Amino acid sequence: MQYLAPTTLDDAVSMLAAQAGDCRVLAGGTDLLVRMRSGFAEPDAVMDIKRIGALREITTEDGGFRIGAAVSGAEMAENAALVAAWPGVVEAAGLIGSTQIQGRATMAGNLCNASPAADSVPAMVAAGAVARLASAAGTRDVAVEDIPAGPGKTNLKPGEFVASIFLPARPARSGDAYLRFIPRTEMDIAVVGCGVSLTLDAGGTCTAARVALGAVAPTVILVPEAAQAIIGTKLDDAALDALAAACSAAAKPIADKRGTVEFRTHVAGVLARRAATIAKTRAGEQA
Amino acid sequence: MSRIHVTTTINGDPVEYLCDPEETLLDVLRDRLGLTGSKEGCGTGDCGACSVTMNGRLVCSCLVLGAEAEGAQIATIEGMAKGETLHPLQRKFIEHAALQCGICTPGILVAAKSLLERNPDPTEEEARYWLAGNLCRCTGYDKIIRAVMDAAAEMREAS
Amino acid sequence: MALDTKSETRQFTVVGTRPLRPDGIDKVTGRARFGADMTAPGMLIGLVLRSPHAHAKIKRIDTSAAEAIPGVHAVVTRADFPVIGDNDFIADILDNCMAGEKALYDGHAVAAIAASSGAIARKALKLIKVDYEVLPHVTDVDAAMKPGAPVLHEGRANETVPEGMSSNVVARYEFGHGDIGAGLAGADRVLERTYRTEATHQGYIEPHACLAQMGPDGQADLWCCTQGQYMVRDTCAAILGLKQGQLRVTASEIGGGFGGKTTVFLEPVALALARKSGRPVKMVMTRSEVLRATGPTASSSIDIKLGMTKDGRITAGFAELRYQGGAYPGSPVEFGAMSAFAPYDLDHVKTVGWDVVTNRPKQAAYRAPGAPMAAFAVESAIDELAKGFGLDPLEVRLKNAAREGTRASYGVTYPAIGLEATLRRAKDHPHWTAPLGSNQGRGVACGFWFNFGGNTCVSMNIAPDGTVNVIEGNPDIGGSRASMSMMAAEELGISYDQVRTVIADTASLGLNDVTDGSRVTFAVGLATIEAARDAKREMCKRAAMVWGIEEDAVEWKDGAAHPAGPNAGSHPPMTLAEIAAIASNTGGPIAGHYEVNAEGAGVSFATHMVDTEVDPETGAVKILRYTVFQDAGKAVHPAYVEGQFQGGAVQGIGWALNEEYIYGADGTLQNAGFLDYRIPVASDLPMIDTVILEIPNPGHPYGVRGVGETSIVPPLATIANAVSAASGVRMADLPMSPPKVLAAIKGA
Repeated sequence: MQYLAPTTLDDAVSMLAAQAGDCRVLAGGTDLLVRMRSGFAEPDAVMDIKRIGALREITTEDGGFRIGAAVSGAEMAENAALVAAWPGVVEAAGLIGSTQIQGRATMAGNLCNASPAADSVPAMVAAGAVARLASAAGTRDVAVEDIPAGPGKTNLKPGEFVASIFLPARPARSGDAYLRFIPRTEMDIAVVGCGVSLTLDAGGTCTAARVALGAVAPTVILVPEAAQAIIGTKLDDAALDALAAACSAAAKPIADKRGTVEFRTHVAGVLARRAATIAKTRAGEQA
Repeated sequence: MSRIHVTTTINGDPVEYLCDPEETLLDVLRDRLGLTGSKEGCGTGDCGACSVTMNGRLVCSCLVLGAEAEGAQIATIEGMAKGETLHPLQRKFIEHAALQCGICTPGILVAAKSLLERNPDPTEEEARYWLAGNLCRCTGYDKIIRAVMDAAAEMREAS
Repeated sequence: MALDTKSETRQFTVVGTRPLRPDGIDKVTGRARFGADMTAPGMLIGLVLRSPHAHAKIKRIDTSAAEAIPGVHAVVTRADFPVIGDNDFIADILDNCMAGEKALYDGHAVAAIAASSGAIARKALKLIKVDYEVLPHVTDVDAAMKPGAPVLHEGRANETVPEGMSSNVVARYEFGHGDIGAGLAGADRVLERTYRTEATHQGYIEPHACLAQMGPDGQADLWCCTQGQYMVRDTCAAILGLKQGQLRVTASEIGGGFGGKTTVFLEPVALALARKSGRPVKMVMTRSEVLRATGPTASSSIDIKLGMTKDGRITAGFAELRYQGGAYPGSPVEFGAMSAFAPYDLDHVKTVGWDVVTNRPKQAAYRAPGAPMAAFAVESAIDELAKGFGLDPLEVRLKNAAREGTRASYGVTYPAIGLEATLRRAKDHPHWTAPLGSNQGRGVACGFWFNFGGNTCVSMNIAPDGTVNVIEGNPDIGGSRASMSMMAAEELGISYDQVRTVIADTASLGLNDVTDGSRVTFAVGLATIEAARDAKREMCKRAAMVWGIEEDAVEWKDGAAHPAGPNAGSHPPMTLAEIAAIASNTGGPIAGHYEVNAEGAGVSFATHMVDTEVDPETGAVKILRYTVFQDAGKAVHPAYVEGQFQGGAVQGIGWALNEEYIYGADGTLQNAGFLDYRIPVASDLPMIDTVILEIPNPGHPYGVRGVGETSIVPPLATIANAVSAASGVRMADLPMSPPKVLAAIKGA
């Protein structure tokens, strides 16, 4: 195996383009190194992107935030402006693994690992996040929900990698939240995850919303019916019931070592209700 | 397979080593540098026994490549005591009987030190969540948490 | 060995205090050397190839391609081990370490390799070709007992098993007295229920590791993390045809065991590789290997029939226990059947246990092996009946509690025991009457463990400057060096820091049984006290020589020899240090010894209490408050006793809530890692409060009882009873993972 450590984005895309064999991008490494150790990945090369300064930064752009692909969850949590604007996304990234994992794990890596249970992905999808992909051909922007293709698979083209993730500007009275269910209080993979992002008008009526679910389908899914259930409401009990029902209806999970079909289907609705309530409170606090 | 030359700093000492590209920092510490205080309990980042800090950030050394340590500042359990003087956490762990078998102890101490550097006055809940990535099978965590809280109190008084 | 008659009023000076442990600094600085921390010059790295199949005939193994890789120095398969004669116990251990004709579970070792680096060994391992014929498999205990179930072995059932049962049923046990039918007829209500528990792993954080070397002369050395270096020596010698005295085994520091390191896995393989390669060989398991191939405990299926009068008297108890212990005979069902009703004074009681083999790893002892599952069933049933009658569950237990003189269900008559004391203390504790919120429930349950003594050998050397070394033969798994030093200091009348206890290798001290059965503080402590008494007799003799008086005119008190009796005359006392300083002139070095196969370990009881909160929408269970009440006999080092109570309780919490072996339809383990084998993490738990009771064990000079195992026995039922109180549904199937709890709530 070869270890590549480019220091500029240009070097990175040309190095990646030059690789004939299996070259994996190493961001935090908290998934890749586990796969390598267990023999599930035997790359010919890994390209460490943490020496590329631009990919280690959180910058503001058009009122939103551009988060470099090598920014760890811990670094996100230390950025007060980001936490204030997108608390749900930051919390979701912060749920990936332990304190030790937080020191390394990145949202871009979480996205490209393409687990349906990835914690940060439903939050990003709810947030309307956009991934910027880099390759020798240049860059292109793709909605986060369009990156995963199935468990462990992405729609990235050969020679392409995620360079950054953009979280858009927030209208007034907006809030987001992510909740997941795990058997313990820490250290587990989500059995179900739900991200909600919404905007209220001055009267407290929801004017826009996005709801995404994790671990209930081969990829994280955006659930427009769930958003429709709360848009135009004040998130009263009836609206939350409709939201929960829409999420349970959209869930098409499998049964595995982490949960049953019945459990995941039911808890998708429970989490949606709870996450929407938190998002609503946050949006109200912003007013 | 060509080896990678790495120049780094471990517990303040300048260190150079050659490692294979797939070798982890934990492998390097234990097998190349004789720093066996960091333990391998799982190799997958689930137990925290290999905890070290890298540029001040708490990480599992089993999830860091040896090659990534180039130019970094690494701190391991071996660097925690200053000469004959134990760190207050080390002393409190002994006083509170916060270790039984001791295999998780180095990782927990490194993690707890990192906690107290960031948050000198953690609540019990904050300490429990910060240390959730450090598995201990002997103690039920009770005496570990007491030792951390007591060390924090002593360090606050001393500072 | 009897309790010193004055013990109940004895004022201890060292025992009962909380000195610092002698291995503390090594363990907080990273200096302590555990199994994987050993190296040797010229060392090779050994790796094991494991079966991917739950059950398969091994038709052929081709190692030639692996052997051709430069850097590979030895490959071994079963063909490299001698045939074991008629010793089934050893033959099974060998077969578990290296499969013979069949691979019997996912992860079963089929070959091993030693190479100059781990990378080369990993590469070569993939080149070993194994031709398997996959066979039908069975992993569930009830399924394995059915006629027509896939059979692991023919002809392994012993004479206790009736004709016509599946060959997977290998032994039957029965205990009890009275007439169950008559007892049940006298009940106001009879509860019949089936309880199930899943297999759990000991979950020690240190994977198995060893370093072996062997010369062509048959002399061998082995360093390993183990609960018993003598067990390793004797087992490896039997497997490899070595002489016990030629194999020296040194125990490293041990990173947890809980029973799981009371047998061998890698050690005979490492020795075989070292013999074949002529080089030292180090082997370290991965976590996945630990979970797939080392001892989890048994899973169980238990039928209970329990009769109770409306005032809470248990009229009869019956339990039929089915435990699968993996691929070989030896599940702990006998202990389960013996212990199920051990806390109670019953006129009519019967237990039947069935030992069953399945395509799972060979079970190894896990803290009070066999007892937690049985207690889960019985204590859940008592709780359900008591609540049904509107009775206080602690009062019901007090009404039926075993006491001194009670004939236990497994046949013994108890001497002084502490069950009643734990129940009374629980009832008086503020926890019992603290208010509870909505969705919260409180549970209590009792537990019992036998405890053990066993072969024990201790030496004590008095150095010329008056400091003392205790030489013992049991790895220090939780502070036992400190406890031995304390008992030695107590007995000699010197300070704790004058004593250092070290753990001998197998060539340096006589046989010691493994660190199991909560035996060390009891049995090694007893031997340490007796070795100290032996040394004191010698020191009194030396003083008598100096004073020119009879030996029996000298007595030892307060760390010094004193003249005593009418004819002793007047001499200033001689301290231990003074006697030691002149030992060369009074007959040579001074040492004490004691060898014993210790009996009288003294059974132990506990009562646990827990508050839980159940999320009715997700089935998640949170532990809010936990209190352990246990009899320690005499707590030598109370902090370590508390630590045993807390650690056992938390292992029990894991077993009750989220730990389980999950098998796929293909019989492979689905959760062979700490990510999905979910042991409790710090944020899952509250503080674990402890109450130590001290009802002296009549069988130990200071009254010590084993304390390490009992604490894992009550939690399963304690938590199930609390979850039942919080959720309104009875949980009879462990673990009470959220999907199961939610399904039960929704189904209720």
